[in-house]
Amino acid sequence: MSSQSGVDAAVGARHRAPGRRLSTGQAGDRIFAGAARGSGILVLAIMAAIAVFLVWKAIPALQANKANFLTSQDWNPNATPAKFGIVQLAFGTVVSSALALIIATPVAIGIALFIAFYSPRKLSAGLGYVVDLLAAVPSIVYGLWGLLVLAPHMDGVSKILNTVLGWIPFFGGDSPGKNSIFTASVVLAIMILPIISSISREVFLQVPRANVEAALALGATRWEMIRLSVLPYGRSGVIGASMLGLGRAMGETIAVAMVLTFAPGVNVHILEDGGNTFAANIAKSFGEATSTGRGALIASGLVLFVITLVVNMAARAVVARRKEFV
Amino acid sequence: MSSPSTSLGSVSAGRKIKDRLVQGLVYLAFALAVIPLVSLLWTVVKHGAKRFDADFFGHSMNGLAGKDAGGGAYHAIIGTLEQVLITSVIAVPIALLAAVYLVEYGGRSRLAKVVSFFVDVMTGIPSIVAGLFVLALWLLTLQMGFSGFAGALSLAILMIPTVIRAAEEMLKLVPNDLREASFALGVPRWRTICFVVLPTALPGIITGVMLAVARVMGETAPLLLTIFITKAINTDPFTGPQGSLPTFIWDQAADPNHNAVDRAWTGALVLILIIMLFNLVARLVARAYKPTGR
Repeated sequence: MSSQSGVDAAVGARHRAPGRRLSTGQAGDRIFAGAARGSGILVLAIMAAIAVFLVWKAIPALQANKANFLTSQDWNPNATPAKFGIVQLAFGTVVSSALALIIATPVAIGIALFIAFYSPRKLSAGLGYVVDLLAAVPSIVYGLWGLLVLAPHMDGVSKILNTVLGWIPFFGGDSPGKNSIFTASVVLAIMILPIISSISREVFLQVPRANVEAALALGATRWEMIRLSVLPYGRSGVIGASMLGLGRAMGETIAVAMVLTFAPGVNVHILEDGGNTFAANIAKSFGEATSTGRGALIASGLVLFVITLVVNMAARAVVARRKEFV
Repeated sequence: MSSPSTSLGSVSAGRKIKDRLVQGLVYLAFALAVIPLVSLLWTVVKHGAKRFDADFFGHSMNGLAGKDAGGGAYHAIIGTLEQVLITSVIAVPIALLAAVYLVEYGGRSRLAKVVSFFVDVMTGIPSIVAGLFVLALWLLTLQMGFSGFAGALSLAILMIPTVIRAAEEMLKLVPNDLREASFALGVPRWRTICFVVLPTALPGIITGVMLAVARVMGETAPLLLTIFITKAINTDPFTGPQGSLPTFIWDQAADPNHNAVDRAWTGALVLILIIMLFNLVARLVARAYKPTGR
């Protein structure tokens, strides 16, 4: 907070022209405006500080690393010599969140359409609130539920998928289980449903009334109206919403850490137990990490930070571009 | 009345089937969202009720192993309440001032645009990264130990952008006439903002703050790195590891003994109840003081 008052003082000093009488109002204005501006700048400072400190504290561990950080599959930062790389973490993070997105997006669009166009108008606000409740449940509770309730059910589902779709490499493998990347993806999909559906719903509700009524007047059925007027209008909004969901899924820590059993190495058979993600790995390995181990976790967190930053910026850009058209 | 529809030609069977099919899929999508929600709430209540007793609210886990019966989350509840309070004390003034800057001062300036963009980006920071940042800054660089305050710092990073966005929306809703009337009376800008604009937007801001509090209260990941885990009661948020409800659940769920798992469920029930309470009160405040506009 010292930086903030520093800004106040600087702003005050700069504007105080000599010889000019200051009414209390002007002094108050300057201090208040300075504090407001300082808080805005503080947000930028925090973002910069996050990047700087993560890089700074990651460097010693990266220098001690005897394996290639970008290409090694091992994660043994506590060993001497320390050897760690992010391949397995990146694989788990990308695959689980991409799969979650594939599962969640169609369902979320369905929910948004249901609330915007299919549900009885009187109920739609209440039903929207029900879906938003999913967002209010903390991730630790999703983890607990995923581990103790969902995972046992996923055992059977995984076996069926393995038998039917086993010819696809991803769904192959000999021992489909319940603590797999696939189960983690399902939990993630449930967690990102509300964010995708609520933004999509907003976008669908903004479709100009005239477009909807024109389609209906031409004799379109409800689905044809949606296909012709709602979906084209809402497409970029839905894409932006999905990308925000993707960012959320990539950064999700606790639910994945609880559901997923860890096993070393990249396993492309996502129905089999074992896997790891950036975020879950940090939560699970922090307790027994040595100082190099902590540095290594910070380095992996930095990679996660950069990836989510890129995804979120792209998502915001897509959503913002849509706003300009409206 | 039925003749026009027949003379216009009814919708062909194929189109009708497709329409019905999509309707079915849309209903199914909604059901798919409701099933996990109901299942989750039901299991949390069912399993959580087992240990929802006086012991749970009156005792800590000090000296108890996972397999032992009894014990409770007193230390965790104290910790969570203290941490969330400190988080709010840090985050709310900063966020409010930043929102005031964006709405009242920033205008279309370059700085305001950059700040606004980074507020959006900050909303998307993974919570574990906020924890890592506090770890790198507070614990590794400044050499401070694990504490509730460190946890509150990491939660504040997650809370600031949500409160900024909520407050910004509310400040934008304040009619410009109010500001102009105040200016016309010769009231300085800062007094206009403090005594006219902010009070008008206050109910909405309170709602936003409470929703943000409910949101950070359930965060686990950053706390694992900043408050660490303790079984004992620590009422001092500035020194030593502290408990919290989310880390309590995490710790107990990692233990395979059924006594520990029961405690984890009850912890989840208590956490959900507190969060729902905050959500409910926030919505009631929003409804009671709904801006009527003009």
